[in-house]
This record gives sequence, structure tokens and C-alpha cells, in this order.
Amino acid sequence: MQPLDQLLGEATALQGLAPAHRATMGGCARIRVFEPGAMLLAEGDPADEFFLIRRGSVAIETEVPSRGAVTLETLGAGDLVGWSWLVPPYRSAFGAKAVDTAHVIALDGACLRGKCEQDPALGYDLLKIVATVFVRRLEETRMRLLDLYAGVPGAG
Amino acid sequence: MPVETPIACRVAERRRETADTWTMRLEPANGDFARFTPGQFAMLYVFGAGEVPISVSEIPAGGDTLVHTIRAVGATTRALCEAPSGATIGLRGPFGRGWPVEEAEGRDVVVVAGGLGLAPLRPVVHALLAHRDRYRRATVLYGGRSPSELLFRDELDSWRDKLDVELIVDAPEPGWEGDVGVVTRLIRRAELDPGRTVALSCGPDVMMRFAAAALRERGVAADDIWVSLERSMKCGTGHCGHCQLGPLFVCKDGPVVTYDRVERLMTVPGL
Amino acid sequence: MSVVLEPAGLEALVGCLRRRGFTVVGPVERSRAIVFDVIESAGELAAGVEDVQDGGTYRLRPRGDGALFAHTVGHDSVKRFLFPPALAVWRARPADDGSLEIEPPPPPPRYAFIGLRSCDLHAVAIQDRVFLGDGHVDGDYEARRRDAFFVAVNCARAGGTCFCTSMGTGPHVQGGHDLALTELMDDGGHRFLVEAATDRGRALLAELPVRPAEDGEQTAAAAQTDRTAASMGRSMDTDGIRELLQDNPEHPRWADVAERCLSCGNCTLVCPTCFCSTAEDVTDLAGEEATHTRVWDSCFTLEHSYVHGGSVRGTTRSRYRQWMTHKLSTWIDQFGTSGCVGCGRCITWCPVAIDITEEVAAIRADDLREGLDAAT
Repeated sequence: MQPLDQLLGEATALQGLAPAHRATMGGCARIRVFEPGAMLLAEGDPADEFFLIRRGSVAIETEVPSRGAVTLETLGAGDLVGWSWLVPPYRSAFGAKAVDTAHVIALDGACLRGKCEQDPALGYDLLKIVATVFVRRLEETRMRLLDLYAGVPGAG
Repeated sequence: MPVETPIACRVAERRRETADTWTMRLEPANGDFARFTPGQFAMLYVFGAGEVPISVSEIPAGGDTLVHTIRAVGATTRALCEAPSGATIGLRGPFGRGWPVEEAEGRDVVVVAGGLGLAPLRPVVHALLAHRDRYRRATVLYGGRSPSELLFRDELDSWRDKLDVELIVDAPEPGWEGDVGVVTRLIRRAELDPGRTVALSCGPDVMMRFAAAALRERGVAADDIWVSLERSMKCGTGHCGHCQLGPLFVCKDGPVVTYDRVERLMTVPGL
Repeated sequence: MSVVLEPAGLEALVGCLRRRGFTVVGPVERSRAIVFDVIESAGELAAGVEDVQDGGTYRLRPRGDGALFAHTVGHDSVKRFLFPPALAVWRARPADDGSLEIEPPPPPPRYAFIGLRSCDLHAVAIQDRVFLGDGHVDGDYEARRRDAFFVAVNCARAGGTCFCTSMGTGPHVQGGHDLALTELMDDGGHRFLVEAATDRGRALLAELPVRPAEDGEQTAAAAQTDRTAASMGRSMDTDGIRELLQDNPEHPRWADVAERCLSCGNCTLVCPTCFCSTAEDVTDLAGEEATHTRVWDSCFTLEHSYVHGGSVRGTTRSRYRQWMTHKLSTWIDQFGTSGCVGCGRCITWCPVAIDITEEVAAIRADDLREGLDAAT
């Protein structure tokens, strides 16, 4: 079993992180495994933990009456799951469910927030990484909003 | 080669793919079809309803039939989609520069398709399947609007025997257990050796731009990314002037071109 | 070796051409403008008029003499005969067994053109590259072009919007013709200096009542054309124009010209090299025959760039940019020469007098590429 530090070091999402900051994060991290169908995050719950997927797939979802749980996005190896730990009111806006067996590094968001307050350099480093994730997700979401594959209305 | 006046052909078979898309198999009324290569297109003519450019979506080995997949988006395409088996339509072609199927031999091939864009790429997939040993890694990344709007659903699974196939949809439907998201996500996740990769991409312009950006981010060179352009076409022969994108005539310099030639052209608004 | 033909000899010229099976086309006066039309006799040629042209202005003015070629270019060119405004490309008829009979068009006439200027001869050569060059050959254009006979004219005066010298296309007739005429009206009387450039031109000349030209006449003819060259109405600096336009797609001048441009397409109609077309399918009332017709089109229409429920060039700005950049710049990438012959028609016939030479100069003066600002 590799030390957390090393696992964090392998995560592509965290490549920009200084080794010292990675070590600090390691102090707030642990390995977790979610069985298929298990929830990593539940909509509305306090968002204390967030996750880095090492292996497996996770579906971001929300409950729609008469449609049940609708998947909004599927995340996989290397992806960050959960960002509500960063912004008040620190509650998960969506659910996150393991599609298959998900091997993740779980990070304690509340603990990390505290450490970032004390060490702004760590905070800045972490925010840069999370910002990249936001930007990517937003770009992709906007692409889906364009509904590019739709036909011409009324022509079908 | 029928370039100026169409040859008559019969609709031998038609199959509905999605709510507004049909695949039709054509056979010539006399003789054989000229040889089409993957990525080329024909001008299909419906009596009284005019012509439209449609890429071939299957090139059977014997040359005795041709297959096109058509989406009903206007009067002519609607007439084509409604043409019953046995109906006669006109065909001119082949036109255009096709996919680099031979140039890609010996390399990793990544096919990136969005929506209807899988249709012009399907003959490439067939070539990969028929000559699997001539290529190294072969991957198909296909994104659609929703599961019921994915093309060639029955066939996609059979491709998995010899190729890596990853599917993704913008919006799921009940029963869909696959991934949800944009096709660029599949590019970000794919196992790629950028120096050995040839990427072939087809779909809406915006999707091809973002796909090319994602491929470039992974280190694939712009001249190893091939896209299939689409512009208004009235003749197919480079004479009507409609299909111009900057200095390129999409019908004869394309529709398949390397991304380095069109990257700037595709980003100037209203060019 | 030049020869001289009297005005009456033109009737013999027309007759010879007609006897050889040509449909003769020459400049005639219609609705107070000079147009090319089919003629049966030299007497139909417009006589004793000259044109006054400027941006958005065209007038014919009587000269009080019998000059036949004192006018320059009118709104049309021989493009309408080699690349007709409407051409039935095929006719389709459903057969009883459910199949389709498709019938190609009948062969076109053989044309002999009288009165073509050097700029227009260059325009024909330019359209040759479009329709006969690499790639698919247009069968109808080839058939019309194959035997076409050209009796060109060296311009005796420059039009108000002409700039052929800037484009290297005149006014001296340089090639592509069978015969070239220079009209002289001086102390020696009204006559035409004629030069043959091809064997069939020489063969025709041999049947006409000509006499050898005197040295003085040849000098006078050349000097006249030189004077024309020195009195162009406009000019265009074409140095580096290919890069200048392709590298300035966001130049503010495009928005500026778009404020004036009506997107009417006149420029594309009168331009002798514009070749855009579209296809129309018309079924007869009984539904028994459908004709697929190629018709002139213009990049100024919204339909021209229509894909997937919208036009790629939805603004006047993008369409004007397309036309001008294509004509002067991307045409060079496509066909190896400029698409413009400096005939000035687009300037004359623009209802708001947009001047392509002025637009180029404006972009050049304020080139947005780094280090190339002409103002510094």
C-alpha cells in the first residue's frame, strides 16, 4: 500500500502542487472504496469530504420527480468529485454515486479549509487546481447547452 | 463518373436510425457505382426536390451498392428520407477528398465523432475492422445527444471485438448505464500516445474545434488531426462557389482536411 | 503585320463569321446603355456614343461621329454567353417502371464576340481557370468556349472607373483573341487597324477587304492605346494584397463599408469573373418533367452560405468581406491569379458608389498587422 503522499503525487489533477502542500493535504486524506451504487456525496448534505478518483466511475446526479435519479455527468480516473466544500454554505448541490467500484482518495474539506486559512500559499495552490477543474467542467457544460447535435426545429 | 448529370439508382433498403435520421442502401439502375472512398460524398437528387450533398456511410466491397445516412433537416433531405424502397433517385459523384485511411496505417487511429458525424466516419471504422492488423491502437470515441439519438446502435457493440469503443451522451435516458458528458471528456480520458496518433473527427463545427483543442492538449499535432468540413454545396464540383471557407473549396479541397489548414479559418466569425 | 479595314468592311466581317456558323455577338445600345447582344449585321452596333462613368454613375453621351468603340465597358460582359444566367443542366422524367430518365441539355451555339476589351479577354481567361482548370471540367462551358471566336478592341479611351493597368490586364490586347481592332478617327479618316493572332483569325482576314497598314497608322494606334493607359479613372496598389486582405479579417473598414453596402449584389452581377451559381429545380404543372437549372447566384445572398438552419455569413459585413477578399486575395490561392481585371464595373454599378480601389487603399493605410502600419 503506497503512502498517501505518493498517491496524491500520482494524481494528474494535483500535478501543480508544491511537495510541501501535497504533504499537508496528505494529512487530511485517506483511501476509500465505494461499492457500485454507494453514494460518495448526498444532495443537500454537509459537504465535508471531496474525492479524487483513482479508479472507477462516479455519476453526478440529481433527483427529478417522475424521472428518478438523472445523471448529469460521469467522472472517472483522475477527476475531482465535489467542490461544495470550498464555497459557503458548504452543502452538496448534487449527489455523487459510484457507478462501478470506485477507488478514491477522500479528502477532508473542512480540515483543508482550516489549513488554507492559516497558510494562504497552500490555499492559493489548491484554488488554482480547483479552478482548473471548474473551468473545464463549465466549458463542457456550455458545450452541452449548445445542443449541437439537435436537428433543425420543425424540419424533421 | 457521373459528375454533371445524375445516374438513376433505386432505394434497395431503408432503415430508420433515429426520429429524424434514416440509412438507405442504393443500387444503380444500370451498371456499377464508381468507386467511393471513406469521407467522400455524393449529390443525391430527388425528382422535383433538388439535390443535397450526403457523405457515404458504408461502401460495400462489391461496388454494387452504396449506403448513405441522411437527416431530415429541409425539403430535399425530408424527401430523401421519405423515399420508399424501390423508389428511384439520382446520384452524382464521388466528390471530395476523403479520410487518410491508407496514410494512417502503422499508426494509432482515434475516431472522434459527434452526433450525425459518425456516419461519414463509419466507412473508416469498417476499414479498421477489415484490416485490423494494419493499424496499431484503434479507438472510437462517440458522443451523441441522448442514447436514442446514437446512430448504428446495433453495430457499435460489434465493433468492440476489435476496437476500443467509448460512448457518451449529453443527456441520459432511463436505462442508460453509460457515461454522461461531452465527447471531449472521452478525449481527455483516452489512452493516447500522441506521437503515434492520427485523429479523425467529424461532427458540428463547434464540437470539432473543441475536440481538436482537447487532442492538441494531449499532444497530438494539428496536422495529425483530420476534420470533415460542411458548408452549403450546390454543385459538388468546385464551380458554384458556395462551399468556400477562406481559400478552400470544401467540396474539392475537402471535405476532409487537416486541422492545421483550417484552425484559423474556423475561428474567424462569419468567414 | 497589321492591315486596315474600312468601316464598311465590318459588315463583311460579320457576314464571314455568320457563314462559318457563328452566332455573332457585339455591343449594341439598349435602354441607354451598352450591352452585348446577338447581331445579324454590323449596322446594329452602337455607333457615335461614348460612356461617362463614375461611382454609381453611367451615362451614354452622343459624340456626333460614327465611332463604334468609343464606349468602354457596359454593365454586362460576354460572361452571359459563356456562363449563361440560367442554364438547364438536366431534365428528369419518371418512367412507367418507376425509374428516372435523365436527359442532358442540347449542345450550345458557337459564339463569335466582337468588341471585347483586354480586361474582358483576361476575364474569360480567368473563368477558363475556374471552369476548365484542375478538378472537374464544366462540360457546357467547355463546349461554348472551345470554338468561341474573339474580335477584340484596343480601347481608344479609358472609362471613368477603369484600372486595368493596375491589374496588368490592359488596355493593350495581349492574348486570347483571334483578331484585335484599333479604331482610328483622324485625318486619315475612320478606319480600323486589324491584327490577327491565330491561324483562323488570319484565315478570316484573308476574306475581308483589307489593305496593308502604313507605319504612321500603326504608330498612331499604339499611341492611342498608350494614351488610354495613361488616363485610367482609378488605380489599385496590388503589392502584397493577398496577405493584406486575408490577414485583416477584423479590420474596422469592413464594418465601415457594411454601413454603406446594400447587399444588393449588383457588383457580382456585373463582374465579368464572378462565377457563383445555385441550382433550381422546377417541375412542370403535370408533374411529368423536372428541370434542374443552374442560375447565377451571388455571395451577397443569405442563402449562399446557408447550412443547418442559418447562414454562416449572416451580416453584410461578413458578406462584403467575403466578396472582396475572394476577388482580390483568396482567388490567387485558388486559381493562381487575381480575380479582378480592373474593368471598374463594380464601382460604376454600385448604387451607393462603393469603390473597391478605395476600400483596398483604406485597409492598406491602416494595416492592423504588426509593424506594417503605412501611416508610420
